[in-house]
Amino acid sequence: MSESMVLIRNVTKVYERGRQKIEVLHGLTLDIPRGDFVALMGPSGSGKTTLLNLIGGLDQPTSGEITVGGRRIDQLSSGQLAQWRAHNVGFVFQFYNLMPVLSAEGNVELPLLLTKLSGAQRRKNVAVALEIVGLADRAKHKPKELSGGQEQRVAIARALVSDPQLLVCDEPTGDLDRKTADEILGLLQVLNREHGKTIVMVTHDPKAAEFARRTLHLEKGQLLEQAA
Amino acid sequence: MTRSGFVIANLFRRRTRTILTLLSVTMAFLLFGLLQSVNTIFNAGADFVGATRLFTQARVSFTSPLPISMLPKLEAVPGVARVAYQTWFGGVWQENTPLIMFSLDPQRYRDVYPEWVMPEEQWQAFIHTRTGMIAGKQIADQYGWKVGQKIPINSNIYPQKNGSKAWIFDLVGVFDGKDEDWKKRTNLAFIQQDYFDEANQFGVKGRENFFILKLADSNHAQQVARTVDAMFENSPDETKTQTEKDFNISFVKQIGDIGLIVRWILFAVFFTLLLVVGNTMAQSVRERIPELAVLKTLGFSDGSVLGFVLAEAFALCLGGGLVGLLLASIAGAMVEKGTGGQFQLTVDYHVWLIGITVIVLMSLAVGLLPGLRARRLRIVDALAGR
Repeated sequence: MSESMVLIRNVTKVYERGRQKIEVLHGLTLDIPRGDFVALMGPSGSGKTTLLNLIGGLDQPTSGEITVGGRRIDQLSSGQLAQWRAHNVGFVFQFYNLMPVLSAEGNVELPLLLTKLSGAQRRKNVAVALEIVGLADRAKHKPKELSGGQEQRVAIARALVSDPQLLVCDEPTGDLDRKTADEILGLLQVLNREHGKTIVMVTHDPKAAEFARRTLHLEKGQLLEQAA
Repeated sequence: MTRSGFVIANLFRRRTRTILTLLSVTMAFLLFGLLQSVNTIFNAGADFVGATRLFTQARVSFTSPLPISMLPKLEAVPGVARVAYQTWFGGVWQENTPLIMFSLDPQRYRDVYPEWVMPEEQWQAFIHTRTGMIAGKQIADQYGWKVGQKIPINSNIYPQKNGSKAWIFDLVGVFDGKDEDWKKRTNLAFIQQDYFDEANQFGVKGRENFFILKLADSNHAQQVARTVDAMFENSPDETKTQTEKDFNISFVKQIGDIGLIVRWILFAVFFTLLLVVGNTMAQSVRERIPELAVLKTLGFSDGSVLGFVLAEAFALCLGGGLVGLLLASIAGAMVEKGTGGQFQLTVDYHVWLIGITVIVLMSLAVGLLPGLRARRLRIVDALAGR
């Protein structure tokens, strides 16, 4: 785990809300080695989601450097970032954010429409991803026909299907009961340990954080401590 | 799944709303197809007639007949090869079916209109039978008229001397057109001018609704027209001379500027449609902002997201538009068949071409604004519900 997957150097992020400037991250520096599973914790407004968005290339820092998988992403254009995200990051959200009009396999196939894979190859990859998350038998079901836990598994399959090395999860169990949450966290653990995925997860739940290899605490836009 | 499959799936996320919108688009394009073909009829004026003939009528209106004494003067105009004349009879078949029917001099008319094809003996019979009538193949077939029959026709203008408006003519010939264009126009009937002059009660003898001037050289049409009108300027019978095509157009426009009426109706229809479909698209984008943000998160570019929205708008307009135009084509063919070809409501390739252009423009008009909104979406704001 020595090689860095995420290198953050002196990053600040300032939001402008009308005339008001809000500095959310203050000169933050952080290394996340390849193959790590990091839980980001902290009170609301501490900058967890902002940091996650920056790592996932959904937003750009006001200053500082961000390198992910060896590539500086803080200076990429919006189009370059979109392309980079498609090949390098998988996203898992609290409320799953599946397309209600598509079946489970349609949702999982969506990121593959950005690749040059043939239809047959796409279907094969989708089947493998659904198999990994244990939902091969629900491939034809629409999101509304699935439970919350199953929806989140589909979302994880969607995040995995293009085989990114980095998974970015924003409160992935925030909408689930304890038992289902543990199942999802167990799945993420498997992806980390057996498939070598680097995972950065924002959570409020200390029990969820226990599934990570380490926990980082953020407060007022600054990293407080590192717990093993 | 493909990108187009995704677009179609999104289109039907609110099935009822989409179907209702599709129905409005279909109805609008059905109306468009039919009205546009009506417009074509009223504006075409038979493009195929060329400029080999001029029509001379009274300057005020062709309903004020001109004296037949003009005939030798017209024939003497340089560039005029032959002159025919005709008068509107106002024929009505059976209860209330109007006929396009004129009285004329058979030989002169035959000389000026070689496009009508009829056996020689039938031409001779028409020339020599005072109560003779010839009918175009279309109406003869439609009403089952056969040569040798006596055909009772009412005139909604001219009574006979005995006061009856019911006339009886001997059908002595059935004419056809020399080619497809002219065959389509065989919905006319002609009677003998001499007989009509003599038998009608109004005593309009010696006056004609218009003269038809066959030109020796079509390149001199404007010059001949100017000469004719100058010749009768400041006389009691001032004339207006125009090409056959222009005459046809002005003839049908007597009932109003159909083109303008059609354009206004279509403007109203499409303006309303624009609001309906535009609102559907705007609503559809508004209610799935988070989904569009997720697409961008997954790596779809701003342009791709704009493309998805435009493709949805296009699919909506194209689906409804094509069905509408198809229905218009079927309805037009049915009207044409039902009227025995008298009302040729053909939704031809011109109408389809204009229709498809309208579909493309409308797709842009209704899809561009919501598409641009989707394109500009900032992922973090959209996911946070801001």
